[in-house]
Amino acid sequence: MSAVSDLSASRLDAAHVVSIHKLWTVFRTPEAQFVIHKDLDLVVERGEVLSLVGGSGTGKTTLLRQILGLETPAKGDVTVLGAPASQLSAKGAASRVGMLFQHGALFSAFSVLDNIAFPLRELGTLPDDLIRDCALVKLQMVGLGAEHAQKMPSDLSGGMVKRVALARALIMDPPLLLLDEPTAGLDPESSDSFVALLRSLHKELGLTVVMVTHDLDTLFELSTQVAVLAQQRVIVKAPPKEVIAFPHPFIQEFFLGERGQRAMELLREYPFAV
Amino acid sequence: MSQAVPRIEVQGPRLVALGRWTAAQLSDTAQWQALQSGLAAHHDNANQATIWDLRLMERIDHIGAQLLWNHWGRVWPAQIDMLPTQRAVLSRVALLSSTQPPAHRPSLWERFLSLGEIILTVISHLRGFTRLVGQLFLDLLRLARSPKEGPWRDVSGHLFHIGATALPITALVGFLIGVVLAYLSAQQLRQFGADAFIVDLLGVSLVRELGPMLAAILIAGRSGSAITAQIGVMRVTEELDAMRVMGIAHGFRLVMPRAIALALAMPLIAVWTTLSALLGGMLAADLSLQISPQFFINALPKAVQVVNLSLAMGKSVVFGVFIALIGCHYGLRIKPNTESLGQGTTASVVTSITAVILINAVFAIVFRDVGI
Repeated sequence: MSAVSDLSASRLDAAHVVSIHKLWTVFRTPEAQFVIHKDLDLVVERGEVLSLVGGSGTGKTTLLRQILGLETPAKGDVTVLGAPASQLSAKGAASRVGMLFQHGALFSAFSVLDNIAFPLRELGTLPDDLIRDCALVKLQMVGLGAEHAQKMPSDLSGGMVKRVALARALIMDPPLLLLDEPTAGLDPESSDSFVALLRSLHKELGLTVVMVTHDLDTLFELSTQVAVLAQQRVIVKAPPKEVIAFPHPFIQEFFLGERGQRAMELLREYPFAV
Repeated sequence: MSQAVPRIEVQGPRLVALGRWTAAQLSDTAQWQALQSGLAAHHDNANQATIWDLRLMERIDHIGAQLLWNHWGRVWPAQIDMLPTQRAVLSRVALLSSTQPPAHRPSLWERFLSLGEIILTVISHLRGFTRLVGQLFLDLLRLARSPKEGPWRDVSGHLFHIGATALPITALVGFLIGVVLAYLSAQQLRQFGADAFIVDLLGVSLVRELGPMLAAILIAGRSGSAITAQIGVMRVTEELDAMRVMGIAHGFRLVMPRAIALALAMPLIAVWTTLSALLGGMLAADLSLQISPQFFINALPKAVQVVNLSLAMGKSVVFGVFIALIGCHYGLRIKPNTESLGQGTTASVVTSITAVILINAVFAIVFRDVGI
């Protein structure tokens, strides 16, 4: 019937937006092979904001890329919105999943407006003036004025690049949004306002968000759930308060070290989002 | 018809919107056209006595909302029934659609000014290039004064990458051009019975003109672009700034080693290309005109004066220096973004190939009485 199957509708039925079952990730080098994930299970439910945390090399970004279908696990299943992740990059994928890459990944040859409009234009059906209107609405939804529409990505600041990339990720209103280090490389002020933007969009659009972050402020301000990767699997997935109480050396070090203490101050001030 | 298809139904005075008004549905051509004609049929009564009913809609996203909003002529219809979530989406679209991006059309005066900009760009290129040549001269003086401090490791590295690794491709191209040239001339020469003159023809044209030119054009495409890209990437990743902060001069460490390496490698590659072209020509002459390689080799020194070889080597040095300088010039002008990197590399290759051909023409005019 429809060329682009409307998988976004499955947000209505599937409670589990992402479910990962018995996942193995193995990196091979000529000398040795490293098992990154071993029988990893993870379920992301609708409306959650899930932060993936873990030491370096625990495969957080790899997991994100596997959810996107950019990488194939050695063993196990990744199901996104009721379909295997490997089928994700079919036509119209932008209506299922939005991804905010760490450095924005804006197309440097296009203006801001054309970048945002790109996924819609590629479908080749909708008239151009409607697409332009939609892109402008999205541009303003991420807090940028219409006067930025004709700028080129090279003329934007780091915070603006992230906002434009977010607008592009959201152009087709996907139910699932993935973020890789959303606030890395931003100064504290733009980091705070970006987090506030993400929080309001999450509330308004009913998004499910999965993110990788090292920034404890972002983590505590946004997440409703935290999944900790260690020992090749998810050792705990729970609301932040419960995760902090979980007795594991990595968690104690990560959250209750000096850096963690500072962010924990926030935890006392802010109630959890949503 | 599937329940998901976005559509409009008339129920008395009410216009009922049904189905999924989402990007995925709307981007299907058949559904889009059906909905368009459905909307067009109700265009007149868009803002009058009709009551819009959106409550039975399965889903609406910002694109569906935008479609409705544009259809309403960007004003709310007189009567509308909808759910709070639908109202949220629609009012967000309504709020944010009010502004238009400033449409910019260049006026006549601005076009005139942009013409001037082109001239200023050309002047800035010439000025930058002159500065680069002057800096190279100063750096060479500094090197002559204290040769031990020179960046010799860089020079040898570039010599290998630009010279040694280019040998297979230049040999292949040279050989094939030699074969083609010999075959084509053989057919003409046979008509006059002037078979033996193929040695003169190939000798002069390959040694004096084609060998050095071919080599220079290949190296311009291969190494000129590489030089621009290397330096340009260093700009993008702020390596150039890091060098400057450490007090290391770009001219002395980046430009001069490449210029020296190309000045040394270019004549050698030219000779190599010429030799392989002559080899190709010799074999083709043997096959098509039965001129034995022995005769070819014996006749070659008589046909081509040695001064032709020195001329070829001399102009190859100039080609090499220019390819290096043009590559560095464009590399250093690259702005720290990826698009500029692509444009700079293209411009560098085009300019250096053009420069090679121009310089070759100048040499041909200046030395027209030498060696022929």
